[in-house]
Amino acid sequence: MGFEETELRLGLPGNGGGGGNGSEVEVVRKRGFCETENVDLKLNLSSKEVTAGADATHDKAKSLINKEKSLLPSDPAKPPAKAQVVGWPPVRSFRKNMLAVQKNSSESSNQTDQKGINGNAVLVKVSMDGAPYLRKVDLSMYKSYQQLSDALAKMFSSFTIGSCGTQGMKDFMNESKMMDLLSGSDYVRTYEDKDGDWMLVGDVPWEMFVESCKRLRIMKGKEAVGLAPRAMEKCKNRS
Amino acid sequence: MREDPVSEMSEDDDRSPPSDLGGPASVTVSSNKTRNCTGVCGSGSSSIEFQAPYPDQVLENVLESVLYFLTSRRDRSAASLVCKSWYRAEALTRSELFIGNCYAVSPRRATRRFTRVRSMSIKGKPRFADFNLMPTNWGAYFTPWVAAMAKAYPWLEKVYLKRMSVSDDDLALLSESFPGFKELVLVCCEGFGTSGLAVVASKCRQLRVLDLIESEVMDDDVDWISFFPESQIYLESLTFDCVECHVNFEALEKLVIRSPSLKKLRLNRLVSIGQLYRLMIRAPQLTHLGTGSFSTLEVNAQGEQEPDYISAFSASKSLVCLSGFRDIWSDYLPAIYPVCANLTNLNFSYANINPDQLKSVICYCGNLQIFWVLDSICDEGLQAVAAKCKELRELRVFPVDPSEDAEGPVSEVGLQAISEGCRNLQSILYFCQRMTNAAVIAMSKNCPDLVVFRLCIMGRLRPDHLTGEPMDEGFGAIVRNCKKLTRLAVSGLLTDRAFGYIGKYGKLVRTLSVAFAGDSDMGLKYVLEGCPKLEKLEIRDSPFGDAALSSGLHHYYNMRFLWMSSCKLSRQGCREIARALPHLVVEVMKTDLEAEVGDYVETLYMYRSLEGPRDDTPQSVEIL
Repeated sequence: MGFEETELRLGLPGNGGGGGNGSEVEVVRKRGFCETENVDLKLNLSSKEVTAGADATHDKAKSLINKEKSLLPSDPAKPPAKAQVVGWPPVRSFRKNMLAVQKNSSESSNQTDQKGINGNAVLVKVSMDGAPYLRKVDLSMYKSYQQLSDALAKMFSSFTIGSCGTQGMKDFMNESKMMDLLSGSDYVRTYEDKDGDWMLVGDVPWEMFVESCKRLRIMKGKEAVGLAPRAMEKCKNRS
Repeated sequence: MREDPVSEMSEDDDRSPPSDLGGPASVTVSSNKTRNCTGVCGSGSSSIEFQAPYPDQVLENVLESVLYFLTSRRDRSAASLVCKSWYRAEALTRSELFIGNCYAVSPRRATRRFTRVRSMSIKGKPRFADFNLMPTNWGAYFTPWVAAMAKAYPWLEKVYLKRMSVSDDDLALLSESFPGFKELVLVCCEGFGTSGLAVVASKCRQLRVLDLIESEVMDDDVDWISFFPESQIYLESLTFDCVECHVNFEALEKLVIRSPSLKKLRLNRLVSIGQLYRLMIRAPQLTHLGTGSFSTLEVNAQGEQEPDYISAFSASKSLVCLSGFRDIWSDYLPAIYPVCANLTNLNFSYANINPDQLKSVICYCGNLQIFWVLDSICDEGLQAVAAKCKELRELRVFPVDPSEDAEGPVSEVGLQAISEGCRNLQSILYFCQRMTNAAVIAMSKNCPDLVVFRLCIMGRLRPDHLTGEPMDEGFGAIVRNCKKLTRLAVSGLLTDRAFGYIGKYGKLVRTLSVAFAGDSDMGLKYVLEGCPKLEKLEIRDSPFGDAALSSGLHHYYNMRFLWMSSCKLSRQGCREIARALPHLVVEVMKTDLEAEVGDYVETLYMYRSLEGPRDDTPQSVEIL
């Protein structure tokens, strides 16, 4: 399959997509899948995340909208009359999100500025060796490497990985296997930092990583060998 | 021996607007085990004695010619049961295949039986997946299907998917495998991005329809609109109102210019009204238009002339269906007046307009049949609709503020008015905060043609707000008086009596949605024992337990699925069902909390299947 036509180039941050809010505030709810799933308001999957607020909404519509949703959860003026229930009233997240966007865009003068309102988005491109498409993640949505790792696993679990064949088909549909693949020795997560160097993900404290990461690349293990020494040096310099 | 009369799963009226999908001729794959085949076929008389050469062959040819024209899936299913010969002939002539539950039958089995399929429709997740009640990665992957189809159906032309997980790779395979591919419709799907769209656009050279409806589309920074071929194209319908990223407008404009057959165009909310104008004047032949944001995205420079939107609409003489208005600036509303009289379908469900604004439009819409709107128009707006839209068939009223504590601008007043004004109503979805039995009863009497009645009183367990009574009588009247009713969604305070009514009178009901209702197991029993046509039952937060569950054993093989979440089921009870019915896949979904609760089943999703347990479940799903 030739995917030359779909080759992606690095765009300016803020071009569509990618955004998501860190749903720190979670309302009391009867049940939900949030504890097990990650805060995954990614472009990829319908996340099970329950964002706080009047509705237990589920950010199906990604990009700008998610930014605005963060305004809703932390709204202190809204008294929680009852414990909010997941999925009730039965209005599709898509519709809920649309209306939320409208609310907020009427407050802001320029719709295209919506991304800037929140200001926290750290959008980076993620590429994975062997996968034909890039993805974008918003690092500000995660609080730890584990969360990011899980999100990446989900994100790329829809790709065939190299020469996996039919077993690979089953594997990539199985999220936990995907995570094993990623966390195993075959694949190495690397990132390009502000200096243009490629580092191993996980060496520096999370906050530092978020600040310095420009893009992510999930490499096949063998290629990442040369990174270790440089990463170690940088670490030493920083600490 | 399992008693399994082959029944087809009906196609409920659950389409997103503008609903012009004719709906494929849907058929179920029947089980081999239940067919009574005889070697000799024919109309029962003496075909055995007929002396013509190859009588069976002649008959088969005739059969195939006749069956070719049979489109109803019920009829097809019935025909396939007559005998082996008819079974074969039917299988050879079925060109539209409908799979109501992607796990009920495997791609392999389907492609083996039906070898000449041109159009595939597949449905995946149950509807409650839309409301955060299922784990991510639950399943419903398109991948195995597209792989099988790629091998079996080189002449495939149409694919319709609902609530499936579709990857970019799947779209790529699709684009490469079917040279005559014409229509792709994805409803409530996810898992793919603009990369996948780009591949479809560039490789499906015969593409006529690309409709993305309420699907999640990832932004891969790919300018997919630019990937359509440079030459003139056959595109008839392009729907991307759910795509949440900017499209290259210049490319879109050029695309519209070189698509003379384009009839349906639905833009996303990132298209400004100015851009809409430019597209409309290029495509005055449009019949269905999704207007995008319907506002300006940039501040106009001082003194800059705004385009004459009214004239653009005036020129669109064929418009019958209007939607969009994603960020409507009401000053622009008058622009649509010229087309209102011809509109049969108007979707204002994202337009936060007040009663007066609505009235200014609706007074022209005498031919409206399908109307979707926000409750911002209040009861007053609904009264105006009732006064003008005598041809109304379908009404959906969505909440601006979808929360339990919201004020609720519409009520029984609006419902009553609609029932009195729109006597031909067939389908209604109504979100409100307060309701009375009287209004619901009135609707049951005034609108005897109702096929779909979905009332959602958003506050849980709310009684009739005037009498304080449960809403039993209202819903009872609906099932009693609306003799054609096939789909029902209930809400408000309901006792077992309501379910008694449903079981007693709801003989045609195929789809039932229940939430926060009922007193005891009897409620569910009434329904399972009383509704012979029940195919899809979704229940949440209602006090039904194992005893109630077992009362449906006689019926579960006739159903597409049963969903029960936050009820009173135990693992043991579910296991017993699984044991009693080996062809039922009984899925139990876990959350983190369940570790403490042990035997309690949070979510049960069970469905008949010819394939046994699937092997692509995530960790949170267990099959008993």
